[in-house]
Amino acid sequence: MLRYLLRRLVTMMVTLAVISVLVFIVIKLPPGDFLTTYIEDLKAQGESVDQSRIDFLRQRYGLDQPNYVQYWNWVSGLVRGDLGWSFEYDQPVSQVVGDRLWLTLILKFATVLFVYLIAFPIGVYSATHQYSWGDHGLTFLGFLGIATPNFLLALILLYLANVWFGTSIGGLMHPQYLDQAWSWGKAKSVLEHLWVPVFVIGITGTAGMIRRLRANLLDELNKQYVTTARAKGVPERRLLLKYPMRVALNPFIADIGSILPQLMSGAVIVSVVMSLPTTGPMLLSSLQSQDMYLAGSFLMFLAALTVFGMFLSDVALALLDPRIRLE
Amino acid sequence: MSERLAHYVSDRPFNPAEPVAMSPELERYYLASQWQMMWRRFKRHKIAVVSAIVLLLSYASILVTEFLAPYNLHTRNTEFIYAPPQRPRLFHEGSFIGPYVYPLKYSLNMQTLKREYEPDHSQPQKLRFFCSGDDYNFWGLILGSFHVLCPPEKGTAFFLGTDRLGRDMLSRLLYGARISLTVGLVGIAISFVLGIVIGGIAGFFGGRTDAFIQRVIEILRSLPELPLWLALSAALPANWSPILVYFGITIILGLLDWPGLARAVRSKLLSLRQDDFVVASRMMGGRPPHIIGRHLVPNFMSHLIASATLSIPGMILGETALSFLGLGLRPPITSWGVLLAEAQNVEAIALYPWLLLPMVPVIVVTLAFNFLGDGMRDAADPYH
Repeated sequence: MLRYLLRRLVTMMVTLAVISVLVFIVIKLPPGDFLTTYIEDLKAQGESVDQSRIDFLRQRYGLDQPNYVQYWNWVSGLVRGDLGWSFEYDQPVSQVVGDRLWLTLILKFATVLFVYLIAFPIGVYSATHQYSWGDHGLTFLGFLGIATPNFLLALILLYLANVWFGTSIGGLMHPQYLDQAWSWGKAKSVLEHLWVPVFVIGITGTAGMIRRLRANLLDELNKQYVTTARAKGVPERRLLLKYPMRVALNPFIADIGSILPQLMSGAVIVSVVMSLPTTGPMLLSSLQSQDMYLAGSFLMFLAALTVFGMFLSDVALALLDPRIRLE
Repeated sequence: MSERLAHYVSDRPFNPAEPVAMSPELERYYLASQWQMMWRRFKRHKIAVVSAIVLLLSYASILVTEFLAPYNLHTRNTEFIYAPPQRPRLFHEGSFIGPYVYPLKYSLNMQTLKREYEPDHSQPQKLRFFCSGDDYNFWGLILGSFHVLCPPEKGTAFFLGTDRLGRDMLSRLLYGARISLTVGLVGIAISFVLGIVIGGIAGFFGGRTDAFIQRVIEILRSLPELPLWLALSAALPANWSPILVYFGITIILGLLDWPGLARAVRSKLLSLRQDDFVVASRMMGGRPPHIIGRHLVPNFMSHLIASATLSIPGMILGETALSFLGLGLRPPITSWGVLLAEAQNVEAIALYPWLLLPMVPVIVVTLAFNFLGDGMRDAADPYH
């Protein structure tokens, strides 16, 4: 087990390192170095350029040094928790993001929980009641869920909420809590607002998960040991829970790894549509204004979250299935 | 009960070497080529066939958009800003007078400052068919003004309403299809080439090369796609012409899509390499180009086309999402995502819900590609 854990940990580190290089390339992609763009912007607005500030930034990022040094500065800063400097806000990134990172984490966690909680009973029901009306109906809903892109779903929900209740369902908390420290009231408000975005983001993944859980469980249910157990008179519920379910759970856990990137993508665009105070809208605005360090930090954060989630799902899988740790 | 037949014994001499005679149908069935068998199997998947027809019609429509759209893409009807959809009707006061619309009467509500349009039921205006309407430049080459359907003389026909500049939504939707439907095709072409080459290298050489490519694919697949697409398209220079941006976006979409295809190629190659007919061909002295071209490619091509079909909707959605967020295509290029970008805020949706209509073709096309790909994947292996 320990060896398996170690190997996975090393793989995760390597993946993160490669991703950081990719992200750094993306940061560097816009033509010219970003300081020149920044100075030009300031000049275009008729503001004077503060030479000491520019020197400070130039030195901070070592822009006069070769690329690999710059990369090293950026990455070692990330590891120390220094996320870089936002030009748009003229503040360190870590101050700009505030509790956006936490809210993103909460949203992500709630979504994964939602996917599991919804997909599991429905998948089991669909498999045990194959070709029943319930199964057909759920299958159809699942296909619709896969085909409807979640930002369109968010738009539809916004529209319906406006027509039916005359309210806006955007946001992640009551506006009065927006810039406040965490309190019980705020936490409660977040919980009240959380379910709509969680539903919207999670629905695609849930639909896919249901399909796969159903297929896996059906494969197991048709095997001979199930027939044998049934012939010996094992009660139906116990039979289902004790054997086929445990085998079918494997892909269920492993799947979250492949669903996570999808959830991340969905979360970004849905948060823009529903104006959630998570990393999504800020990533977008930073990309639009080419505030590349802010964007890079967010990109890195999202990727790291995904990779870490995959690592956790691997560990869970290893705990569940002895064959994997012995490999 | 019917009478039992007498036990029949043929009195012809028995000759085990005699060829079994087959009826022409049976012969056609057994001698069908792989593609014929796939076609036969595909036809059984009814939803896939319907989807194929829907897609064919959509793609055919983008060839003659200029004729189909009642208005030009850029025609502004300044008196009809945010006009609601007009319904085509057939019966006026109980009598059939052919397809017509009621003209819209415009008034400004002084209290809410809202534009209000009322259909005027007193004077029906007949729609014109095969007529001369807005001027256009057919595919940017030939000037013309022929339309299949035109608004009535001195009247309007906004079947799906108008936008904030008074442009007809239906016409814009039809023109938008030209961009939205082709983005996926160009993107998939790029990802197809990359997938075959990289997957082919991994599958053919195996060993270390394979392991390395596998790791790269794993890393790429663990990245959330949309943020990366966003970042890359944000890096496209702002002074590029619309057509360059279009190709830039398709390249970005294709660049991140190949890992799935490469994986499919590789696994298929690895399993085929050990198959009897490939081994036999090698034993008989077939050279690698012969083996690849004659045995391997035909075998995994069908699979590949099926999985490519399944990843086209992802690209169409990707472009829609990018343009919707304002980082993809920009006006004057019109795609469904660009149209949807107008429906981004709640106020617009609440007041002018028809701005959401471009999502209907997006969903229909996505579903159709999914079903078609499903059917093709089932048909790709006709020997099962």
